[in-house]
Amino acid sequence: MNRLTVSPSPHVHSGDSVKKNMYGVIIALVPALAASLYYFGLGAAIVTITAVVSCVFFEWAIQKYLLKNDSTIMDGSAALTGLLLAFNMPSNLPIWIIIIGSLVAIGIGKMSFGGLGNNPFNPALVGRVFLLISFPVQMTLWPKPIVSQAHYLDAETGATPLSVMKEGLANGETVSTMMSKIPSYTELFFGNSGGSAGEIAAAALLIGLIFMLIRKIITWHIPVAIIGSIAVFTGILHLVNPEVYAGPLFHLLTGGVMLGAIFMATDYVSSPMANKGMIIYGIGIGVITVVIRVFGAYPEGVSFAILIMNGFVPLIDKYVKPKRFGEVVKTAKA
Amino acid sequence: MNVVLITIISLGVLGSLAAIILYFVAQKFKVFEDPRIDQVEEVLPAANCGGCGYPGCRAFAEAMVKSDDISDLNCPVGGADTMSAAAAILGKEVAAADPMVAVVRCNGTCENRPRITEYDGATSCTIATSLYGGDTGCSNGCLGLGECVDACAFNAMYMDEETGLPVIIEDNCVSCGACVDACPKNIIELRKKGPKSRRIFVSCVNTDKGAAAKKACSVACIACKKCQKICPFDAITVENNLAYIDYNKCKLCRKCVAECPTNAIHMINFPPPKPKVEKPVAESAE
Amino acid sequence: MLKTFSLGGVHPAENKFSAGQKIEVLPVPEQVSVPIAQHIGAPSEPVVAKGDEVKVGQLIAKSTGFVSANIHSPVSGKVFKIDDIIDASGYKRKAIIIKTEGDEWDESIDRSEDLITEVTASPEEIIKKVGEAGIVGLGGATFPAHVKLSVPPGKTCEVLILNGVECEPYLTADHQLMMEKGDEIMVGTQILMKALKVEKAIIGIENNKPDAIKHMSELAGKYPGITIQPLKVQYPQGGEKQLIDACIGRQIPSGKLPIEVGAVVQNVGTTLAVYEAVQKNKPLFERVVTVTGKSVSKPSNFLARVGTPLNQLIDAAGGLPEDTGKVIGGGPMMGKALSSTEVPITKGSSGILIMPDEMAKRGKTEACIRCSKCVSVCPMGLSPYLLMTVSDKAIWDRAEEEKIMDCIECGSCSFTCPANRPLLDYIRLGKGKVGQIMRSRTK
Repeated sequence: MNRLTVSPSPHVHSGDSVKKNMYGVIIALVPALAASLYYFGLGAAIVTITAVVSCVFFEWAIQKYLLKNDSTIMDGSAALTGLLLAFNMPSNLPIWIIIIGSLVAIGIGKMSFGGLGNNPFNPALVGRVFLLISFPVQMTLWPKPIVSQAHYLDAETGATPLSVMKEGLANGETVSTMMSKIPSYTELFFGNSGGSAGEIAAAALLIGLIFMLIRKIITWHIPVAIIGSIAVFTGILHLVNPEVYAGPLFHLLTGGVMLGAIFMATDYVSSPMANKGMIIYGIGIGVITVVIRVFGAYPEGVSFAILIMNGFVPLIDKYVKPKRFGEVVKTAKA
Repeated sequence: MNVVLITIISLGVLGSLAAIILYFVAQKFKVFEDPRIDQVEEVLPAANCGGCGYPGCRAFAEAMVKSDDISDLNCPVGGADTMSAAAAILGKEVAAADPMVAVVRCNGTCENRPRITEYDGATSCTIATSLYGGDTGCSNGCLGLGECVDACAFNAMYMDEETGLPVIIEDNCVSCGACVDACPKNIIELRKKGPKSRRIFVSCVNTDKGAAAKKACSVACIACKKCQKICPFDAITVENNLAYIDYNKCKLCRKCVAECPTNAIHMINFPPPKPKVEKPVAESAE
Repeated sequence: MLKTFSLGGVHPAENKFSAGQKIEVLPVPEQVSVPIAQHIGAPSEPVVAKGDEVKVGQLIAKSTGFVSANIHSPVSGKVFKIDDIIDASGYKRKAIIIKTEGDEWDESIDRSEDLITEVTASPEEIIKKVGEAGIVGLGGATFPAHVKLSVPPGKTCEVLILNGVECEPYLTADHQLMMEKGDEIMVGTQILMKALKVEKAIIGIENNKPDAIKHMSELAGKYPGITIQPLKVQYPQGGEKQLIDACIGRQIPSGKLPIEVGAVVQNVGTTLAVYEAVQKNKPLFERVVTVTGKSVSKPSNFLARVGTPLNQLIDAAGGLPEDTGKVIGGGPMMGKALSSTEVPITKGSSGILIMPDEMAKRGKTEACIRCSKCVSVCPMGLSPYLLMTVSDKAIWDRAEEEKIMDCIECGSCSFTCPANRPLLDYIRLGKGKVGQIMRSRTK
């Protein structure tokens, strides 16, 4: 007979694992990846492959030569960071910039804090924002969808709906005239517009959300809080003056709202633990996003909003506790 | 020019005013602190290990200054030198405390004490202890999960991979007692370091009856009382199926070491065995 | 929507292999070892000495306080010795070892199968009887039953809740009891209701036992005041606090007892023991034990005497499988892994679960990825990830602030953690320390 194993209870496990969750998110990103390959073709493929490979490589290299601990590249978290980073970049970005972005994302965004589980900020967004500030020109040249399918660096570029709107309003145009210059809502929903490689197709991203909710990888709180607060906030502004402020649907379907709300803000490590905290965090992201988009200098603000709220997570976790058993219901009759 | 002058003057006046207010406030709310506390703290080792029983060296210094009789107080890290230096500052008497060292009283190596179950929980001796007696037949012995090593702040312990037992690096041990508190099985004891670091102790804490103890571990104390009978100094007591050597009474004669049938009594730092010559009195005179 | 408790919970694979297996009476063992500490509270004091002749049901160790319990001889024969043996706690503790001779029962015990429905005893007599019979919570917690029945002055009990949930995977002892001893349980319920002076009793049964729900509902028609409450399958529904929440929607405040919300909970097995004690004068010395596991050739429910060594039950269930890696006393979520198969079963042994080697080991512990799954499954609304960290770092005041003492040790957090972190191991450690600190403060 074998020697008996003695361990504290529980003696069974759900079978869930870090790997399953990470690969689950990657699977949830497949529809969005398909959409980006369809609209941006060659460029999207090069950007995605470069980002994923370089993120995994940097994680491996840093763990092997600097931290000298066990490699965690197989858990899928580095590949996921690479994929999300690629989705946040235009599809005509030169390879060397992507590699720098990956190094910042993994090296500074993740490994400098001690690796998976310890990073206060979403690593992919750290990489993305670093690139946006360092290479503002390259990071805001957006290839046109479909026509640039067979192109990479030489893709024909145009503006995103958000920058079209922002510029137009700055020049004194009204929302209704600008709306005619951007793709229709249906086109925006299916992703036929300019933008980062993975953020354009709201439909594909929503399929990913449904998959993750069914597999219980994430809960509804963060995406719903972000989308809801953006809808409410922009809706109020739109009602106040529809010619100066674009409507909620425009804000939800353009830019990185869907990608951010579903995949970036829900990053386990950099989001709050309690459900109530998640909702506060989501509302914070929604409000900051709208403030940056409507009143700020940048046409887009999802990345900044998420990073800012990432910074508040320790505070939220400290003060927002889960609902405790026996705390609220007090129906005892003496 | 005028602007510069006005600025300088007004700022200067403001500064002086603030300085005067601060001075009076500082005088009014001055907290008197015995300057000797600082002096005593100066001679303490600043290890802040808590080995003296006070939270940090400053608290210990305060205690030394405040109490009239400091014979109960001892800084194990600094030892006699530090204590006499501190006592000199205060003009108080200090009893010379013998230097102590931590001793692991278990020799249940993988060879001596076969494993009969496998522990598969969090790497923590306390957690394993709350679960069961341990992965061997001995429910008193070392679990080998290294909580003592984690507790040691002086790099004086390590786990021997081969035996699965902690080892004390005597030169580094300051006898702060952190490992003693950390061990949930009370295996580690602070014992007198002894002349030339020589000491004799029972390396076992098993309280089972002889046969059960022997079955669990080949080097267990079986409470046969042979050591107790042979000891010329009444230093050995057998209680609860376990022999214990009082280090204050032991004269290091080594008779018990030879007598122990299970080699549970260990001697440390004695010269390699010479042909049998036993001079207990000469040993203790050193 | 079926009722269940309001916060958290998990649904482990049920694996009720022994469901539907008739309760088999295990032959009386040749020798029994009866530990004197097999309940919560003070260990009992032996009242027999080596060489004494004892009969089945004779008192062999008496309770040593209010929270303590009498122990009766499970066999007839001679006291062989009183010695330290390794029991389910994993430590050597005192036990009374009796060599069996024949099977002679104490004359006062009514051994007939007849159902006695008429309850003649007064509430005080019932509580006294339950205390004398050494009845403890048979769900596994082993809390002395008479203590729960003694409602403290100033409080009133409004409802009796019976636990027929059996939320632990694998175990089927209570399920089978309800199927075979339904009537006795109903009378037992009437007795408990009388003792507590309540008009209402609810028997909570999880929906994975439709036959038991049907059977008990049919019986309940014959007895006034008893209703059957089917519940959604959700672990840890059998926890006292969770069961009250599920059945009557009241939550016990932190650090309080069920009586605070006017409820008393008893297990169905305990209720049967109460019936036997009050109506048949039979003290608690045998119980139903499930022996089960993936590789066990004959998963069964046995009626076994307290003190029977585990391996006798395992042999009766087809022997210890070749690939055994772990033997657990109780269910897989809260049961205790045993270091030997020679330990005796006690009043609290609801099952013996034999795990094959490949299921015995835990997965590799990885870094916390803050997925918050432990928070969402915690039935007490705690933050297990945080409690583990503060316990590991010995920050006891913070642990107390975060209500570590509310933890019911159900193991949902460790069960769920994708990084295989030993959350409950550390929380238990922290609970122990914080409990110590709190007790020393009140002194």
